[in-house]
Amino acid sequence: MDHNVVGKSVRRLDAIAKVTGRAKYTDDFHERDMLVGKVLRSPHAHARITRIDTAKAKALPGVVAVITAADLPTIRFATAGHPWSLDPGHRDVEDRLILADKARFVGDAVAAVVAEDALTAEKALHLIDVEWEVLPHVLTAEDAMKEGAPVIHEFRPNNVVSSFGVQFGDVEAEMAGADHVFEGDYETGIVQHCHIESMSAFAYVDTDGRVVVNSSTQIPHIVRRIVAQALGLPWGRVKVIKPYIGGGFGNKQDVCVEPLAAAMSLAAHGRPVRYCLTREEVFIDTRTRHAMKLHLKTAVSREGVLKGIHVQVLSNTGAYASHGHSIAMSAGGKFRPLYDFKAVKYEPKTVYTNLPVAGAMRGYGTPQIFFALESHLDDIARKLGMDPVELRLKNLIKVGHQDPLTRNVVRSFGIPECIRKGMEAIRWEEKRAALGAQDGPRRKGLGMALFAYASGTHPVALELAGARIVMNQDGSVTLQVGATEIGQGSDTVFAQIVAEVLGLPMDMVNVMTTQDTDVSPWDSGAYASRQTFVTGIAVRKAAMEVRDKVLEVAARRTGLRPDEMELRDRRVVEAALGREVCTLEDVAMDAYYDRLLAAPITSDTSANVRINAMSYGATFVEVDVDVETGKVEVSEIWNVHDSGTIINPRLAEGQVHGGVSMALGYALLEQMLFDAQTGKPLNNNLLDYKLPTLLDTPEINAAFVETFDAAGSFGAKSLGECPVISPAPAVRNAVLDATGVAFHRIPLYPQAVFEKFRETGLIKQRSVEHV
Amino acid sequence: MFDICELLEPATLREAKEMLKADPGLRVIAGGTDVLIRLQHGSLGGSSLLSLRRIKELEAIRLLGDGTLEVGAMAPFTRIFEDPLVRERCMILAEASVSMGGPQIRNVATIGGNICNGAVSADSASTLFALDALLKLETLDDERIIPIADFYAGPGKVNLRPGELLTAVLLPREGYEGAGGHYIKYAMRKAMDIATLGCAAVARVEEGRFLDLRIGLGVAAPVPIRCTEAEGWAKGREVSIETIREVAALAVKPSRARTSWRASKEYREHLIEVLVMRAVAEAVKRAGDCCAD
Repeated sequence: MDHNVVGKSVRRLDAIAKVTGRAKYTDDFHERDMLVGKVLRSPHAHARITRIDTAKAKALPGVVAVITAADLPTIRFATAGHPWSLDPGHRDVEDRLILADKARFVGDAVAAVVAEDALTAEKALHLIDVEWEVLPHVLTAEDAMKEGAPVIHEFRPNNVVSSFGVQFGDVEAEMAGADHVFEGDYETGIVQHCHIESMSAFAYVDTDGRVVVNSSTQIPHIVRRIVAQALGLPWGRVKVIKPYIGGGFGNKQDVCVEPLAAAMSLAAHGRPVRYCLTREEVFIDTRTRHAMKLHLKTAVSREGVLKGIHVQVLSNTGAYASHGHSIAMSAGGKFRPLYDFKAVKYEPKTVYTNLPVAGAMRGYGTPQIFFALESHLDDIARKLGMDPVELRLKNLIKVGHQDPLTRNVVRSFGIPECIRKGMEAIRWEEKRAALGAQDGPRRKGLGMALFAYASGTHPVALELAGARIVMNQDGSVTLQVGATEIGQGSDTVFAQIVAEVLGLPMDMVNVMTTQDTDVSPWDSGAYASRQTFVTGIAVRKAAMEVRDKVLEVAARRTGLRPDEMELRDRRVVEAALGREVCTLEDVAMDAYYDRLLAAPITSDTSANVRINAMSYGATFVEVDVDVETGKVEVSEIWNVHDSGTIINPRLAEGQVHGGVSMALGYALLEQMLFDAQTGKPLNNNLLDYKLPTLLDTPEINAAFVETFDAAGSFGAKSLGECPVISPAPAVRNAVLDATGVAFHRIPLYPQAVFEKFRETGLIKQRSVEHV
Repeated sequence: MFDICELLEPATLREAKEMLKADPGLRVIAGGTDVLIRLQHGSLGGSSLLSLRRIKELEAIRLLGDGTLEVGAMAPFTRIFEDPLVRERCMILAEASVSMGGPQIRNVATIGGNICNGAVSADSASTLFALDALLKLETLDDERIIPIADFYAGPGKVNLRPGELLTAVLLPREGYEGAGGHYIKYAMRKAMDIATLGCAAVARVEEGRFLDLRIGLGVAAPVPIRCTEAEGWAKGREVSIETIREVAALAVKPSRARTSWRASKEYREHLIEVLVMRAVAEAVKRAGDCCAD
């Protein structure tokens, strides 16, 4: 299809504001008489507070307020950034208080100080006297489920948040009748989002008596609801403002700091209070990616046809549920529309432990399950003596596939073409043939992995998006959405959709990037790679409404019927002749100032999107293994995506670069570490937590297979989270190819690789033993 | 916001020494890349700081009459890396300097601060050990010059006397002349990281034999160390893979590696052997290049 703006690499709307430093983020706003809030955190992984004395802290000059759980409402609330569910059975677990009544992990917030400046607040924290009754704690899901394990939340005496699973077909029968049954255990580490901008908010009570929270959030409308719920206020008494955001990656699809910021302001008689976390605090008291242990058991025919799979998952959610079981459930839903299993049994367990809270993070459970599944498939291919690509090609679903559980239909399926393109790009066959058997200290290997993902959450949750357009006197338009620009480029993509429908150049489409829940249309926010797909539908609908109104006015002016005209390049033209009949400005001026018929052209609409579109892709990678030191480096990587129509190729590439870089950290370096005895974090800073630097990141190659999916606007499907899913298993499979050593846990960091190489004899014991 | 009482910023070395004599409890701050982090973590709360930032005379890098290369204690790592004298005579020090932190850190972090911080992972330390570097320490009334090995007293501890300032690092000619060197910073990342192991080798080769070999290791013991047994064993021996392999095996002996969450003792010892082998091989190669000129 021929488009003027859609499909073009137009410059992001915020590019200049961001690179010149003029874009204002939450911490760039200053209110008169602003105070600073700081938090006292538990030094124990699990402890009851038997006494807490804040008198000395309150007496310190410059301290305005000190609060503990006793000063706050005792309403337990859920923090996950999901649309509210009218069905109580479908709501997130309500296990949180604004300040904890019992410490459940090292870093749990138990008291807060509001002071004139940060230093005074810090000093006051040291003056709070807490008497702890230290309780036994658990750090692993296995330990937490043992008989007699310490109970973290009274309402879940077995520490299991949920063990709800799904299945179809008869897995046991498939296993019994299969030529082969393969089993494998796989494990993933805990990582953190590491968005550049910290988690930050400030709150105050406005002149109308309402609580205003300015926050770096992906989900302003949900923050409004949760702040109100936590404080026991009517929802309309809270207003949330979201300015520019410096990254979120799912961490800000959760409510971490806002209720406390609001409580701090209320404790300080409504004065503005800033609560901005340090990087060390972001690591321990926001969210992390769930560590998972997965056991896969697969029935396979002699020819390599996958028959049935039984997946057991242990997901460690830490001290509070946050998104909890939704993440394990999401993981279980994504591989089904990729491989054509006749029977699937998916048994996840999400378990509380005394670790920092795991929540949403780019990929939402899929990086974990695809690490397991795609590693498992390579292990199976080896055992069957099959090429790993061939095994996958043999088992793909086909267009028209309908998932037996979600009823989602696959309308576009570009995977075979992604595989072909990836193999060609990396020269898969040629290189694999050339590598042969290797025995030197440096070895190369090739690996690949596939993934599938969804566009939004349908049918699990509501997918509602609002869009509002006002046409200005000069024919330009201003678009408002409730969807959240967090760096991914959604504002630009929405502007492209509007420009395309209305025949406008990009500089005549303004997007209000600052969200204000009083003003912005309702939208649940930036998550689930939903905005281009879901909000895009609403934006297109709003733009078409404006177009129809423009044509009505033009019809009045010209006598032509609306369906005889179209909009092109700021003009209304007679379609059949391509003849200009008037300009958009003429139409807009009529709409504003015609003494009889004036009615400005606007649209205010929303879309309740009850459809989904599956996105796909493949990673092809070449690694270089330094066998002597255990270092693995990626020398070439290709991520090939089927995300339907690509609305903005340059932004799409940016998503792939960021996602792949994140995934390579996940595969090779990053992990949060805790002292096994105390549960204390060991590396909650960016020196000791090994986020890859630019020098550690190879050139990342992005390629696209553009299918057209009828479900979305202009044929687009999701992309935001997709690039983060398949690189880790591809890297792992490449290391297997290079060395013959199968790793079952990520990250493949040097110490772990060294140990495994020594265990498998690749590294010999040292010649001279040191005593 | 930092919890400090006072910041003194003398413009001359003499002024700084006077201030330090008057109040030996002042906390000296150079580039600030260690001190400010400790302040932020609250461990130096309430300090009064004596900043050497304005003392330009301490940034100079020059060649003394006897061939000693003098590197001012306040020379930032970027400057050391870029300095023509250093690059011409002591490429290994340039190599160690550029391995440190990232560009922004290297622009402010100084060699003197790096040494006085006493960290066993200091990126300059193993190289300075291998170069037989000397340190110039001055008080208002006195001055002493000591080998760098005598300065390190333990993890984060150095032999700095009250009122004393490190003013220069001296690299005697015998330490670098005619030698090839190589520094390997082994870390998890290629930038912005601390060394899991630092390994510096400086070699002089004549007629295919080791005239002289010096190996410095960081993070192999509570303080940076030299591998004297391995060095002694190499002296006079033929330069060959077998010799270097034996040197690498002997280099593990003086180490006192321990297991921490960063790396296990076994892994560190394995790394010592692998990296010494690689560093010596490269140093020998460079020594050859150096003689060929």
